[in-house]
Amino acid sequence: MISWLRYLGRSGLSFFERLGRGNLFLFYILLGLPTLILRFRLVIQQLYVVGVLSLLIIIVSGLFVGMVLGLQGYNTLVDFGAEESLGVMVALSLVRELGPVVAALLFAGRAGSALTAEIGLMKATEQLSGMEMMAVDPMSRVIAPRFMAGIISMPLLAAIFSAVGVMGGYFVGVGLLGVDTGAFWSQMQDKISWSDDILNGVIKSIVFGVVATWIAVFEGYDAIPTSEGVSRATTRTVVHTSLAILSVDFVLTALMFE
Amino acid sequence: MSDNNKDTPLIEIRNLHFSRGGRKIFDGVDLDILRGKITAIMGPSGSGKTTLLRLIGGQLKPASGTINVDRHNVPELSHRELYKLRKRMGMLFQSGALLTDLNVFENVAFPVREHTKFPESMIRTLVLMKLEAVGLRGARDLMPNELSGGMARRVALARAIALDPMMIMYDEPFTGQDPISMGVLVQLIRLLNDALNMTSVVVSHDVQETMTIADYIYVISEGKVIGHGSPEQLNKSDSSWVKQFIHGMPDGPVPFHYPAKDYLEDLISGTG
Repeated sequence: MISWLRYLGRSGLSFFERLGRGNLFLFYILLGLPTLILRFRLVIQQLYVVGVLSLLIIIVSGLFVGMVLGLQGYNTLVDFGAEESLGVMVALSLVRELGPVVAALLFAGRAGSALTAEIGLMKATEQLSGMEMMAVDPMSRVIAPRFMAGIISMPLLAAIFSAVGVMGGYFVGVGLLGVDTGAFWSQMQDKISWSDDILNGVIKSIVFGVVATWIAVFEGYDAIPTSEGVSRATTRTVVHTSLAILSVDFVLTALMFE
Repeated sequence: MSDNNKDTPLIEIRNLHFSRGGRKIFDGVDLDILRGKITAIMGPSGSGKTTLLRLIGGQLKPASGTINVDRHNVPELSHRELYKLRKRMGMLFQSGALLTDLNVFENVAFPVREHTKFPESMIRTLVLMKLEAVGLRGARDLMPNELSGGMARRVALARAIALDPMMIMYDEPFTGQDPISMGVLVQLIRLLNDALNMTSVVVSHDVQETMTIADYIYVISEGKVIGHGSPEQLNKSDSSWVKQFIHGMPDGPVPFHYPAKDYLEDLISGTG
């Protein structure tokens, strides 16, 4: 009983200690951001690694998610004779929820884990330490560009995910199941509001971008510099990011769409 | 390096205390590193030699004591001042610490690109000069994973001297090297020190190699300096500890056995 309490206390303390370190880390990244404007080339390099290389998984998943939404939505809506609202249903689900959330989860698996592994290995091979001794601050040279790239990529990837998803829903609904094209698009245009739906979706994905990239770079930077430590950190990135995104999504949804 | 203070030591460490994880690494260390000389810091593995370099480089903060580098007390410097001082320090890591996504040329060019606005042609000349000095001008297009351990260390050396630092710190430069690379490194350290008028600090436990190049040697163990002097003086030292270390004797003041309870008792008790 006592040992159990002790364990609880210790893991609680270490949790809050890590949380504190994580926040301090975020503070230092933010300090490093202004100088990045002068060296935007560094961010562009990372945009390629973090964003462009995640495109394939985002597009393919978006397409299938949209197609499934089209199928499932049609089966439900047709019972009420409302299959013409299929476009609205697909687009709303994607823009408000699935686009930002699923894209962020995929991003954590594809780009987040890669970021953690890369930074963790740079630490394990003393590359970060070496930079410090060359008077190059790894915070502004390595971490900040990656963080910035993550925040820029995330909303773009989520937007692409949603757009491709709508196309997927269109192929299935209109192409296979015979929903009227005009109704599909015009209802979508009519019912989806720019400020309520799309803007909120974009805000969500920016927040997810901050959360996912922050966790990824922090886990890498904080990893125990051994192969085992890096592999554990990579796993932690995916698990923590997924949990954080889903819970933050709940909070944001509650605030945005009451 | 300004000539008017040639006689003052470049690095002056006084009463240094440092502990990690409850274990005392340094317990009142005093040492001086003279300008233009090669000073070696020797001691058994785990005696905190690398830690000492990190303390000098400001990557770790001591519990107490002063570390003056060119009359700047490193632990008290602000972030900006520390980075300014580090531009004049070079450090050679045991692993080389080359950036794995850049080739040899770009690795050596890295500090130059970060700290100067030199035109590309000048960077090229500079990098090729540094690579020539370590004999690897022909390897400029190789990636770090294509280099042998010794070559990686030489590239890292070229990178460390890219901005002509006032001093360079070598962390175990001879560990894990074959005899030829070892010879090359020994020669390079001496040559660069004299040719570039630098100050060198070599941390090592390879007694023979270190004795051949060092001008002055400090031996540390269990957090204290237990002997210092020129190689000749250390060879004649009558401290039993220094003798054991220099001649590599298995038993002596550093016991062969890790502390344990009585052998017989341990065998008989049958548990634990």
